[in-house]
Amino acid sequence: MELKEKILLKLKTHFKDVDFSTEEFRGEYCITIPNKIIVDACELLKNDEELAFNLCEDITAVDWGRLNNRFTMVYFIFSMKNRFRLKIKCDLGDGVEKIDSVTSVWKSANWAEREVYDMYGIEFNNHPDLRRMYMPESFEYHPLRKEFPVMGIPGSLSLPKK
Amino acid sequence: MDRVTKDELTPKIVSALLNSDTDISLDDALENDMILSMGPQHPATHGVLRLLLRLDGETIMACVPEVGYLHRGYEKMAENMSFTEYIPHTDRLDYLSPPANNSAYALAVEKLLGIEAPPRAQYIRMMMMEFSRICSHLVAIGSLAMDIGALTVFLWTLREREKVLNFYDEICGARFTTSYTRIGGVAQDVKPETFKGIKQFLDEFESNIHEFEKLLNTNKIFIQRLEGIGQISAEDAIDIGLSGPNLRACGVEFDLRRATPYYFYNDIDFKVVTFSEGDALARYFVRCDELRESRKIIYQILDKMPNGEIMLNSPKKVTPRKVEIYTKMEELIHDFMITNFGVNPPIGEIYSAVENPKGELGFYIVSNGEGHPWKMKIRSPSFCNIQSLPLLTKGYMISDVVAIIGSIDPVMGEADK
Repeated sequence: MELKEKILLKLKTHFKDVDFSTEEFRGEYCITIPNKIIVDACELLKNDEELAFNLCEDITAVDWGRLNNRFTMVYFIFSMKNRFRLKIKCDLGDGVEKIDSVTSVWKSANWAEREVYDMYGIEFNNHPDLRRMYMPESFEYHPLRKEFPVMGIPGSLSLPKK
Repeated sequence: MDRVTKDELTPKIVSALLNSDTDISLDDALENDMILSMGPQHPATHGVLRLLLRLDGETIMACVPEVGYLHRGYEKMAENMSFTEYIPHTDRLDYLSPPANNSAYALAVEKLLGIEAPPRAQYIRMMMMEFSRICSHLVAIGSLAMDIGALTVFLWTLREREKVLNFYDEICGARFTTSYTRIGGVAQDVKPETFKGIKQFLDEFESNIHEFEKLLNTNKIFIQRLEGIGQISAEDAIDIGLSGPNLRACGVEFDLRRATPYYFYNDIDFKVVTFSEGDALARYFVRCDELRESRKIIYQILDKMPNGEIMLNSPKKVTPRKVEIYTKMEELIHDFMITNFGVNPPIGEIYSAVENPKGELGFYIVSNGEGHPWKMKIRSPSFCNIQSLPLLTKGYMISDVVAIIGSIDPVMGEADK
């Protein structure tokens, strides 16, 4: 059985009444997972001996710039054993800007999630150290959101007084 | 001399002295923590990296890295420019290996467009990537040695790097910010004389590596300052997201050139260098051996270098040739469209990662069918490598921090994007 089918089968047998949708573009396999089970699903993918997705390469979010279902979390995980990269997508839902942190599964998720928090303002439950990554703590905006202008917002960064 | 009486002191100072929070008297001199802010303007932090260290005497209890001093918002900028316009910005990511960044970016965009550069362009890109590995590792080794007190090596490794930069100059016309690749190929062809020069450089390079290795490998101070310092196990290294030479120094045989082959790396015979110790010395040894492997790879590339086009001829997706723009109507239209509105890739998203000198450099591009990306995320190796610093430095001495940062080899241009 091909690895892609195996991954989907394992997820389906473990989470019985959950819908998984898959897509493939340019040979990249992607599974969409509901945000409720993200941590459990990641744990399964990492700890399963056959799949062994031991490397979390990157975590990011996409701002679709629309009112409903605005943010999607994207996880890139890699299995060194199978030499296979899997993309996990997870829609946050209408008006939700919160998701569980996967730091308990992969430690490398720590900074990646901090960056997402900084850039998109998505909060992570159970994150050990949720601070801004790049921008100063006093900064009010989230730069990679679509409403943030490229030129920046004048006065948003506190400068020394004259 | 008159003594200061209690009344003359301001009440504030008296209360401060009596307050236990501000009491600085020591019960046990060995049991007192101190917070030290190292950087961002520290010569050994390789750029603007700031480390907050909690010290007990000279031992590090905790370390909190702060990044963002060089944050330029490249991901935001990418959303507002065409794919071709973004190429010069990739130079400024890992500014010690611009051609590797250019190639990685071009590969990602080509994957999104569904095209492939001609073989000669791919081989030239591979050659440039290996050259940038040589460049980057030479700087890494030299500055590591300089950080822990061996100044001469830096001059010797930079002398070698200088020769590579001269090849950059001949090939791309720029020594530092090369912007060499284009979508669908490379900017210009390599002249036969340059290949001759490269061969000569490679012939001498082996003995030149040996030369600076002689300075370091038998140097007692160098070995003692690195051996067993900043040690990390293979499981921890994978968990924290280390990549590149730092991961291979922990005994993990993981190299994207082998794991997910791109370009023609499948046809090339090279060894994935691994060392099992996982300490700073092992990271140094990995870099030294990777210099030799890169040399081997470039020899093979020179042997296999095919003749032919360096730009793909696919006018709808790649800027057409100048001659055809001037003579053919179709090409003129496409040139106008590509220049003004950009190449329009299909709707979709791709993630393309390559093995950069520092580790895994990945580009995640989301396209909504327009000439500029809807979103672009850069997975930068230095960012993930710096994340491991709290783990690596814990329990070591303050003077080891310098050696550990040097052995991790971060570049802040890339970590801060």
